[in-house]
Amino acid sequence: MNEPSVSTSTGTGSGTGPSTGNLGLDPGRQAAAVARQPNDAPGHDKAPAASGRAKLEIRDLCFYYGKYKALHNIDLDIQDRKVTAFIGPSGCGKSTLLRTLNRIYELYPGQHATGRIQFGARNLLDRADDVNLMRSKIGMVFQKPTPFPMSVQDNISFGVRLYEQLSRADMEERVHWALQKAALWNEVKDKLRQEGTALSGGQQQRLCIARAVAVKPEILLLDEPASALDPLSTQKIEELISELKTDYTIAVVTHNMQQAARVSDYTAFMYLGRVVEFGDTKKLFTHPAEKQTEAYITGRFG
Amino acid sequence: MDASLYASRRRRNVLATVASYGATFVGLAWLAVILGVLFWQGFSGLSLRVFTEMTPPPGAVGGLLNAIVGSLIMTGLALVIGGPIGILAGTYMAEYGRHGRLTSLVRFINDILLSAPSIIIGVFVYALIVLRAGHFSGWAGAVALALIILPVVVRTTENMMRLVPDALREAAAALGAPSWKTTVKVVYRSALPGIMTGVLLGTARISGETAPLLFTALNNQFWSTDMTRPFPNLPAVIFQFAMSPYEDWQHLAWAGALLITVTILLINIVARLILRRTRT
Repeated sequence: MNEPSVSTSTGTGSGTGPSTGNLGLDPGRQAAAVARQPNDAPGHDKAPAASGRAKLEIRDLCFYYGKYKALHNIDLDIQDRKVTAFIGPSGCGKSTLLRTLNRIYELYPGQHATGRIQFGARNLLDRADDVNLMRSKIGMVFQKPTPFPMSVQDNISFGVRLYEQLSRADMEERVHWALQKAALWNEVKDKLRQEGTALSGGQQQRLCIARAVAVKPEILLLDEPASALDPLSTQKIEELISELKTDYTIAVVTHNMQQAARVSDYTAFMYLGRVVEFGDTKKLFTHPAEKQTEAYITGRFG
Repeated sequence: MDASLYASRRRRNVLATVASYGATFVGLAWLAVILGVLFWQGFSGLSLRVFTEMTPPPGAVGGLLNAIVGSLIMTGLALVIGGPIGILAGTYMAEYGRHGRLTSLVRFINDILLSAPSIIIGVFVYALIVLRAGHFSGWAGAVALALIILPVVVRTTENMMRLVPDALREAAAALGAPSWKTTVKVVYRSALPGIMTGVLLGTARISGETAPLLFTALNNQFWSTDMTRPFPNLPAVIFQFAMSPYEDWQHLAWAGALLITVTILLINIVARLILRRTRT
């Protein structure tokens, strides 16, 4: 039968319908799923929450732009040192979901989230928590490259200086390290004092990744990091994602399904503010459980 | 294709083009005439003496030194008073109170202040400072000029900071930067050329203001750097000398007018250069 995935499904595919009563069951299901062992039969793997260790546990997350509800009761786990991709048509809420994971939405009045995002021992939606400290542990890279109007070097040291006091030599070391991590060092090693804005688009984006990596976060949120770039730069970014996942937990939003299939371990398909299906990437792209997912990945809508 | 329709459109196009060129020419022609006469008359009145000697009594030789220095001091002070306040107010409006009702209110009032006739500002400061102190003073003049430059700075600061894309603020916040750090290190850095341009254009504006000074600093025929006394300044000297029947005074008035105009012109050019350099 059409068992709902661990994530709260829309219910449109299943026979249960989108009643709120359905949601009440979810925590229990979720707990059961979490308890499942990683080597569970892959054929039944509708709950990637099962395998590995969750870095972020999203529970019953709702998000509002003013009165408009953009996310409906999201439940899913983001696994430690894995790449989790969010796909779906424009306006499905995938970027919105990513933006709740570091509370960056708080820069704008009228936007708020309810529910829980467990990060270590804390619910990171807890307003009592120091949001800036949390953000220093959860880096973010945006769709358009956002180099600061300062030198390449200062772009990277900006974030580091916020929470660490390094000697000159240590800072140079850190800049070097971060640029290498972002596969940019060879291209900019002679341009460290030039304006970051003078780099090419692909280089700017890798500078932004280097900048995020430099503060040594635990999680990287990538919001369509390659959508404004040419194919070659895109390829570089994708390679980078695969390399970075050995050290970081990565959540990436993309409207490019092939990209999601290439870089991610888990994929969530979102539609109309809900997670329709969430699971192992290979499985989701080859044997989707939900009809909507299948329709989307085969290009019949979206 | 309807040939007659096409022809009539062409005719109208030619007509509109000629009309806009004509309007541009008429507009620019006056500027050219003003600048031409000013340069012609001004340069004939210009000599080294203008920069080294005090304003003379009628019939004697002299220069404009006290007036030049007085204007520089008052303009500089106005900048020191109005600049920081304006930048901070603009920062509040663009960064902290962006969505607040106070910001809309302040912006509305600031716009009124921006277009307030400068003579009103002069009368206001006259009532506020000159009447209470019992005499005209350099301070009163500087305050009046500061009140004129203030709304210019507020306006440009707010506008220029709003032009900084939110993506940059998000990027800084995403690294864990508190908002003041984002403002100071990232937003100011992006908006700096624009803010500087605004301050420069404001300076250009107040360096030629006359009406508010007549009510506040008045004028001083002698060398004075005592801000509590009537203060020498170029615009008032030009006003006084140009209206006088004495030819040597009139020559000095031309020279003073040329100085102010060239200064304003230079400030404008510098402001444009700053903006252009950052765009490329």
